[in-house]
Amino acid sequence: MSKQMTGAEMVVTALKDQGVDTVFGYPGGAVLPIYDALFQQDFVQHVLVRHEQGAAHAAEGYARSTGKVGVLLVTSGPGATNAITGLTDALLDSIPLVCLTGQVPTHLIGSDAFQECDTVGITRHCTKHNYLVRSIEDLPRILHEAFYVARSGRPGPVVVDLPKDIQFALGTYSAQKNVQHKTYQPKLKGDMDKIRQAVEMMAAAKKPVFYTGGGVINAGPMASELLRELVKLTNFPVTSTLMGLGAYPASGENWLGMLGMHGTYEANHTMHDCDLMIAVGSRFDDRITGRLDAFSPGSKKIHIDIDPSSINKNVKVDLPIIGDCAHVLEDMVRLWRSEAKQVDQTALGEWWEQINEWRARNSLGFHNSKAVIKPQHAVQRLYELTKNRDTYITTEVGQHQMWAAQHYHFEEPNRWMTSGGLGTMGYGLPAAIGVQMAHPESLVIDIAGEASILMNIQEMSTAKQYRLPVKIFILNNEYMGMVRQWQELLHGGRYSNSYSEALPDFVKLAEAYGAHGIRCSDPADLDRAIQEMIDYPGAVIFDCVVAKEENCFPMIPSGKAHNEMILLDLSDDAGLEIGSIIDEKGKMLV
Amino acid sequence: MNAIVALSPYSSSAGKTNHERHTLSVLVDNEPGVLARVVGLFSGRGYNIESLTVAEVAHVERWSRITIVTTGSPAAIEQISHQLERIVPIHKVVDLTLEGRAIERELAMIKVRGKGENRVEALRLGEAFKAKVIDATLESFIFELTGAPQKIDDFVELMRPLGLVELTRTGVAAIARGPEAS
Repeated sequence: MSKQMTGAEMVVTALKDQGVDTVFGYPGGAVLPIYDALFQQDFVQHVLVRHEQGAAHAAEGYARSTGKVGVLLVTSGPGATNAITGLTDALLDSIPLVCLTGQVPTHLIGSDAFQECDTVGITRHCTKHNYLVRSIEDLPRILHEAFYVARSGRPGPVVVDLPKDIQFALGTYSAQKNVQHKTYQPKLKGDMDKIRQAVEMMAAAKKPVFYTGGGVINAGPMASELLRELVKLTNFPVTSTLMGLGAYPASGENWLGMLGMHGTYEANHTMHDCDLMIAVGSRFDDRITGRLDAFSPGSKKIHIDIDPSSINKNVKVDLPIIGDCAHVLEDMVRLWRSEAKQVDQTALGEWWEQINEWRARNSLGFHNSKAVIKPQHAVQRLYELTKNRDTYITTEVGQHQMWAAQHYHFEEPNRWMTSGGLGTMGYGLPAAIGVQMAHPESLVIDIAGEASILMNIQEMSTAKQYRLPVKIFILNNEYMGMVRQWQELLHGGRYSNSYSEALPDFVKLAEAYGAHGIRCSDPADLDRAIQEMIDYPGAVIFDCVVAKEENCFPMIPSGKAHNEMILLDLSDDAGLEIGSIIDEKGKMLV
Repeated sequence: MNAIVALSPYSSSAGKTNHERHTLSVLVDNEPGVLARVVGLFSGRGYNIESLTVAEVAHVERWSRITIVTTGSPAAIEQISHQLERIVPIHKVVDLTLEGRAIERELAMIKVRGKGENRVEALRLGEAFKAKVIDATLESFIFELTGAPQKIDDFVELMRPLGLVELTRTGVAAIARGPEAS
């Protein structure tokens, strides 16, 4: 069914045809025709953010919590450049976004017109793909192709730059279903011979481990189900990256906790000593591997990933399987069943005995206090008081993020939104807004730090405007905690510019934004205060005053291997000695 | 082994000893920005470009072929191929060096200025290399020479003492031998 309409109307119609119900954006001169088209319909709801970076993170939160493509709409020039951090964040964490940017009319492009910037040039490096629409005839195809590219293969952000004259131009729009790109068609099914080989290797393994990542989440809820099934069939231990939390339930018997720089002792030692590593939708990031030449030296490695460039990028693997995690896991489960594979029970029993010894080390333990709220304790109490609810967690970036990953436990995928790859402070509040838009009845909590939250605090107005009851749980230690921790460990405790000087009064700040403010500094009052936050029917800023110089452990120091972790009682009274654990080469690393 | 394994080709400690020269043949949609995507990938990730040629090879489909000569460790070159494949308008990446038996040709135009014995010698060497004279004045020639890059290098070195003024080269175009498309 073809219809004559303007470019702006095509944009809104295409959004509707793609099933987009929510767009995060901010108007400006170069997108006024689209805003006018939005005004004249009520299928697509527009959420007015207060800064374009917020729009991008909100769209990420929406996408991550629903599995759908997140959409943002911003104007030319500063509108587009403000969105860059969010686009880069989505690129590194493989989040599907479509970002519609206004552009000056085509006859002005290249003339340094008002609010002109080379959006496709600037975003070429921080998007999966981008388009400058040069004629109205191309517009319908590009709009639908953008959604296809964003969600296919390894998902990512796609920019469509829309000159203002194209928005006004008249053209023919026809509803397009199942649009594909003419050449970009990622492979979903894994090679069966390789999958067969993988199953053989798994049946022969004596010390196996599943190392799962965000790819399992991106492959959809079925992938998590299949992973659970495969773990159950094999009884192998399973660990996950920051991005993959929730794919396997934290309450599951085979769960080792998160691995990597701030991962558990058992997860990292299991990775180091295993004889077979099955990497599923994970990418051997430097936060995961630690020192590369000492990374799991004795293991064979199977790597399942939809992106061929992830294979052998950082770590050489023995058996790469290119494909969508859900498809490959499905084939693995089927093969394992049909061939009635058996694991080496004796060897696996011994392996679990060893793992349980590592577990007994209780590496996430900390010295609690009755005088001051320990940040780990605060997250634990938050978890206990919210775990039986329909809860989504977002975070900012820093110590609080790691404590949240360690002490908040996820049973399902898509419940955990965090900036993993780019490490974007200021992600959590707008992401929470995006999640809450998608799940209006759910409890959405941004676990924050007092420094990060100030990076996008303006989005409190967005929460207020749309009556979004997001809860901001600030672990306030008056430091950029992770910076301070590294300064303590690496720079002789010289806390250069990491003290959060001149903080606002967060309770008054909440009130200024029309939200509810709570402050708690007494461990005995913590549960009551958290309950008050949960029960309050609107947005809350919770200023949780915590121990100031608590370090986030365990930790693999820079340049060290998985089996060289720092654990709490080693470092307890002797923070300064840690400085000598990290050598000169380690200091060079980030 | 070094405690810090160099992953990035940018790293000065990345061993240059195992560097190989590879020729990649990349088929792309001839759309605006596609060359910038390819070049941006190389600069952004610290890969080398020794030469790069690009031209449309199928006018109806609007496909272009980009031929890139690059150097790097075998692992880096594997990464380059995969990273190129991630670019949406790229159809196909073929490492012609891995395929083996590829033919490489380059075209050069070489301006030589001289009189007397040098001028005669330049012309004689040009004939020996099967270079064509495409412009002449009383005191100069411009040679057109097609061949493998090494042949052009050799000819240029011979012209240097005879009055080489300047040269321009197209960079390598390459194709796999045999009846099949690569």
